[in-house]
Amino acid sequence: MMKRCVVVCSAVCIGLLTAAAAFAAGTLKIGGLFAVTGPASFLGEPEKKTLEMLVRNTNSRGGINGIKLEAVIYDTGGDATKAVQLATRLIKDDKVAIIIGPSTTGESMAIIPVVERERIPLISCAAGIKITDPVKHWVFKTPANDHIAAEKILNYMAKHKQKTIALLTVTDGFGASGREQIKALAGKKGFRIVADEVYGPKDTDMTAQLTKIRGIKPDAIICWGTNPGPAVITKNVRQLGIKVPLYMSHGVASKRFIELAGAASAEGVMLPAGKLAVYDVLPKNDPQYKLLKEYDQAYKKNYGSEASTFGGYAYDAFLLASSAIRKAGASPERIRSGIEQTRNLVSISGIFTMSPKDHNGLDLSAFEMVKISKGDWVLIK
Amino acid sequence: MQFDQLLQYTLSGLSTGAIYALIGIGFSIIYNATGIINFAQGEFVMLGGMLTLFFLETLKLPLWAAIPCAVAASTAAGMLFERLAIRPLRRPTPINLVIITIGGSILIRGLAMLLWGKDTHSIPSFSGDDPIAVGGATILPQHLWIMGITLLIVAANKFYFYHTISGKAMRACSYNRRAAGLVGIDVRRMVLFSFIISSAMGSVAGIIVAPLTMTAYDVGVMLGLKGFCAAIIGGMSSGGATVVGGLLLGVLESLGAGLISSGYKDAIAFIVLLLILFVRPQGLFGKAQSERV
Repeated sequence: MMKRCVVVCSAVCIGLLTAAAAFAAGTLKIGGLFAVTGPASFLGEPEKKTLEMLVRNTNSRGGINGIKLEAVIYDTGGDATKAVQLATRLIKDDKVAIIIGPSTTGESMAIIPVVERERIPLISCAAGIKITDPVKHWVFKTPANDHIAAEKILNYMAKHKQKTIALLTVTDGFGASGREQIKALAGKKGFRIVADEVYGPKDTDMTAQLTKIRGIKPDAIICWGTNPGPAVITKNVRQLGIKVPLYMSHGVASKRFIELAGAASAEGVMLPAGKLAVYDVLPKNDPQYKLLKEYDQAYKKNYGSEASTFGGYAYDAFLLASSAIRKAGASPERIRSGIEQTRNLVSISGIFTMSPKDHNGLDLSAFEMVKISKGDWVLIK
Repeated sequence: MQFDQLLQYTLSGLSTGAIYALIGIGFSIIYNATGIINFAQGEFVMLGGMLTLFFLETLKLPLWAAIPCAVAASTAAGMLFERLAIRPLRRPTPINLVIITIGGSILIRGLAMLLWGKDTHSIPSFSGDDPIAVGGATILPQHLWIMGITLLIVAANKFYFYHTISGKAMRACSYNRRAAGLVGIDVRRMVLFSFIISSAMGSVAGIIVAPLTMTAYDVGVMLGLKGFCAAIIGGMSSGGATVVGGLLLGVLESLGAGLISSGYKDAIAFIVLLLILFVRPQGLFGKAQSERV
């Protein structure tokens, strides 16, 4: 009897002690704002899943410096007004120390004034260059700027003496931004834009635009869009028998694009790809290789589908935040300065080196030029 | 302007136009039998494509078996839609019915998204991807399929409406529902029939275009609108006029994109729609107050 009492008592004591310890270390709330539903759901869904997976894994390994994490994730539906309301809710009600997201450039721009006023660090998962240029004290972003992808293509073209460009871009934010960047860069680097065509995101036949381009005879065609448009264009190019080199943006760097366009049509298409999409053809000594493989396999195990570049943006954001918490501390101000001091952090989208002047931290090495050959990627130099 | 470019624009336009025509006829059949615009028509186009994919990939059927299964399943969906959403309505005013079809389309789209996800998928072509040269222009074998099947369906329609009892009964309903009822035609059955025919046609359209345009849970929206434009140009006729309307729309879009600017491609379709509604609301070929079948 006595013995049992002692056992129970000590069990209770141990319980209390650990509870106290946990309480002392506390939990840190990470806010997530993603477009899980709506037109940008292809971005928001993998981002949300990735963040949830990482928080779960981190907690099961004991948290960061003993601090447990809690993800508070809201769905913005891709709506900027809703994003602002939810950002305010995350800060005022949930008292998060940092916000990851939103998924789109429009939403990110809308909540920047909120986080700047409330002094909470924001790591956006949207690609728009406006988010971190000019630099805002509390705002970072993980996707590489569009102009890095554009520059990668133009550098490759310059190497192969292609001088005139036919542009074919989609009429949404992604296409418009790509079109601007390419035009600006092409001017600087001595290329000539000889055709500037557009297509709608839901268009199902682009032979009209391509027929016009075929008549102009450019050295290369650059198409800037996300699926399914570029796949339709790739098929149309083959149908029209156009032999000009066809470049795509990083927006279609997934196996799905090859599936949609068909391996025969996609043969020879070139594009700058984030390393996640092509990790299985990277040299094994690439610094990112191990992490990319781990992420892809973990994502597959948890959700039964391949990891996407978009989920990778949330991965980067989480890694930036968690390494800042580990090194600098858990208050919003410390996390912010911790992120800004990031040096050579190997992550999914690239290797991040932040500075007070650069809140994106990626350079040309974030992309690899690849060519599609026999339904698979081949690295090209 | 070179001749082969012009030819390519026209051919591309005709093949896209054939799809618009097929969807447009689906709109007009239901309109003629019930007096409503079925805004869920585009969703049956989507169902055709997505169900084919489902039978192909999940149930591993060959293409020739997957297609009839998909048409049958979409037709069943059209029947269910009529039974559950249209028929129970106590006071079927046109505005109620239109709102119901819009609601139905959102529901169907949502279900498709939950079932099959948000990705875009492609279906293999019926007979290869090697382009066929026509003069200086090229088309794909799939384009021939599209044009051929459209012609076949239009001919079958014509036969049904003019040479079968139930087709004639449906025409009678479109002239005067009450009178048709008085002579012993079961009007409600005719309405059900119209939904069956148009959902089957919509799904066929969705299947034959999927190898070219790919398919996803939300392809029905834009295709549905373009089909609606075609039907309006054709004055809501379920025969040749809507086909001409669709082809005209396709060619105008393609010529507009090629000769003026690709940025105005969709605008051209909707400007044509507005012009027709303002100037000739009875359709390009109709006389005011003419028969509508």
